[in-house]
Amino acid sequence: MASGKICVVVVSGTLERLQMAAMVASVAAVSGQDVLVFLSMNALTYFVKGNTLKAPHEGEMGGLIASKKVPEFKTLFEQAVELGDAKIYPCSMAMDILGVEQEGLEGYLENATGLTKFLHDANDGQIWTF
Amino acid sequence: MADKKIVDGRGSFCPGPLMELIVALKASQIGDELEVLSTDKGSASDIPEWLNKVGHEYISTTESEGVWHINLRKSK
Repeated sequence: MASGKICVVVVSGTLERLQMAAMVASVAAVSGQDVLVFLSMNALTYFVKGNTLKAPHEGEMGGLIASKKVPEFKTLFEQAVELGDAKIYPCSMAMDILGVEQEGLEGYLENATGLTKFLHDANDGQIWTF
Repeated sequence: MADKKIVDGRGSFCPGPLMELIVALKASQIGDELEVLSTDKGSASDIPEWLNKVGHEYISTTESEGVWHINLRKSK
């Protein structure tokens, strides 16, 4: 059923980029594509359990998204995993810098992965960066 | 044939109605007919595309008073 591999690299902590990354990952995953997501830099903090921080928006669209019934990006990432078997990898470097362990991250994330392994796994797929 | 299932995605934006449909499909049997209700125009064009891509039967789309009704049958 798979029709190509999509690798989504998420580094931004702003709402519009997190939302678009989550949409690409979830729709691709439920359409039968293999999906790998790599969370690093400012994106990872939203996946720390108990973090209620709201992602700031960059412009008009982000403000509108926040005020309308748009699926939350974290819900979409979780659905990408549950409905479409996407794999979401937290960046081990970002975890070290944040000082967070695997148990401190949302349960639907895979084990920490370094950039070398992610690049190897992404070698035969499209790479989308947000 | 089982009764048609209604998936109420009204008020939600893309890809909310699609995700709600997929949850409903997982809980359905092959041959079941479903109807998605959506107020999101993008979803009304996107859901038939998705059905064609993954291989479920797309039946019809109608629009009434700002609500799209997308009819389909689970095929696999």
